[in-house]
Amino acid sequence: MLNSSLQQLGSALRARKISSVELTQLYLDRIAALNPALNAYITTKAETSLAQARAADALLAGGKAQALTGIPIAQKDIFCAKGWRTTCGSKMLENFIAPYDAHVIEQFNNAGAVNLGKTNMDEFAMGSSNETSHFGTVKNPWDRNAVPGGSSGGAACAVAARLCAAATGTDTGGSIRQPAALCGISGIKPTYGTVSRYGMIAFASSLDQAGPMGRSAEDLALMMNVMAGFDERDSTSLQHDKEDYARDLNKPLSGLRIGLPKEFFAEGMSSDVAKAIEAAIAEYKKLGATIVDISLPNSKLSVPVYYVLAPAEASSNLSRFDGVRYGYRAPEYTDLADMYEKSRAQGFGAEVKRRIMIGTYVLSHGYYDAYYLQAQKIRRLIAQDFTEAYKKCDVIMGPTSPSTAFKLGEKGDDPVQMYLSDIYTIAVNLAGLPGMSIPCGFGAASNGNPGMPVGLQIIGNYFDEARMLNVAHQYQLATDWHSRAPQGI
Amino acid sequence: MSLTNADVQKVARLARLAMSEAEIESARAQLSGIFDLIAEMQAVDTKGIAPMSHAQDVSQRLREDVVTETNQREAFQEIAPQVEAGLYLVPQVIE
Repeated sequence: MLNSSLQQLGSALRARKISSVELTQLYLDRIAALNPALNAYITTKAETSLAQARAADALLAGGKAQALTGIPIAQKDIFCAKGWRTTCGSKMLENFIAPYDAHVIEQFNNAGAVNLGKTNMDEFAMGSSNETSHFGTVKNPWDRNAVPGGSSGGAACAVAARLCAAATGTDTGGSIRQPAALCGISGIKPTYGTVSRYGMIAFASSLDQAGPMGRSAEDLALMMNVMAGFDERDSTSLQHDKEDYARDLNKPLSGLRIGLPKEFFAEGMSSDVAKAIEAAIAEYKKLGATIVDISLPNSKLSVPVYYVLAPAEASSNLSRFDGVRYGYRAPEYTDLADMYEKSRAQGFGAEVKRRIMIGTYVLSHGYYDAYYLQAQKIRRLIAQDFTEAYKKCDVIMGPTSPSTAFKLGEKGDDPVQMYLSDIYTIAVNLAGLPGMSIPCGFGAASNGNPGMPVGLQIIGNYFDEARMLNVAHQYQLATDWHSRAPQGI
Repeated sequence: MSLTNADVQKVARLARLAMSEAEIESARAQLSGIFDLIAEMQAVDTKGIAPMSHAQDVSQRLREDVVTETNQREAFQEIAPQVEAGLYLVPQVIE
């Protein structure tokens, strides 16, 4: 049951071979047993989850089930869910009970899915290792001394360790794709504007995008069918026709043109990652694809541009946390300004404060043109590189992360080194394109540990998610990297 | 780029973040490193390039000017740090 696809679970539920209550209890028992060591979840509410499961069983018994009815899904703790503690990984929101549902949560509720719990994450989604969470580090299930990636590290860990059927994540600079790569699972960040940001706690609004994380491309397609859709409450939500993301899964890949950006293969990638990526490209050639050399000359500017835009937007978004209407308030203060300053100083962690400081600086008087405006202009150059490239190819491929999962604490004191671990993913957010990561092998084994997972990144053109899922699914029919499980799971 | 402690202090004040002397010193070193990384973009010629804020270059949607929110005062006040008689309490600002 734990290795079944969402399609298989749905069939078993609809055929009444298993009930949603039994399936939900199975996962709750696994969480109780494994979460103390892995720390993938911040909050579970067994009674609430089981009540949803009973409601799903009633729908199933009445023949009113949809594809995901009764299936337990883990929700990243960035999505407000009514009555659920929603922390965003921060002390600031440690006791925040959300008074309403995010659009994503509503969509899963309407689909009859079960909310299994809220997954751990870097504080306010700022981090690439899950080490900035106020609720402790998540462990990588393939090696508990290694990071799971971030910021959706709890979600990636929960999927890899079979602590949920599938999970949601969010991706501002790589936060779905990088942890998916490091934990050996699949994840897709859709085209910006595809999934509503309503009720998703904001980090950098022009880059934030939610998407699914799961064990296969086929599972991601079913999740996308639930998550995507126009929502007037998000002013950047796109009025795009509803589509079936699973419609092209079974198309053959003959004639597919894969673009390989020379900049992604030039330097910086570790040799074991390079080897796995090369093998994946060779597999695609066997499946009928042709390779096209392309160039993304401005992609090298992604990291500096991102570290102007994302902190600028974050400093603005996070100004709402002032200790007045909700969230943490310092126990002692002298006046209003002191209350703001102490509440924010005590409620936010070091990385969040660092980014608020960067953002405040670049937006301050006299610096706007040199930083924010210049970054927005280079952002267009980065996006134009992709537009040029898609004249010659259908999808772009490369590594998701320059290395396999690094050790806990390894990049702790050097923010710049940590920022560079997202070097291949950030350009995709800046351009607003869809990107995904799928498992494509394992890195070199070391110190008695088995090799750690390597992720292949697939970048598509705008609204081309169905094709990307097809490209990933065909590879997953021909290989079994995605179905491997960590030892002891 | 080298920031001074006074620069950091000013930014912390603008961001409403209380910081000790030691925190300012360590923030100065880390922020300087990050601004060195950011400095790479200063050399790029962007003359004539329009800034990009949304990938699809969509324009802002308008909606009817009608009330869409329901009154959830009690639910919202339940999660506030300090309320009294339906009001949010903060330290006195007007003498």
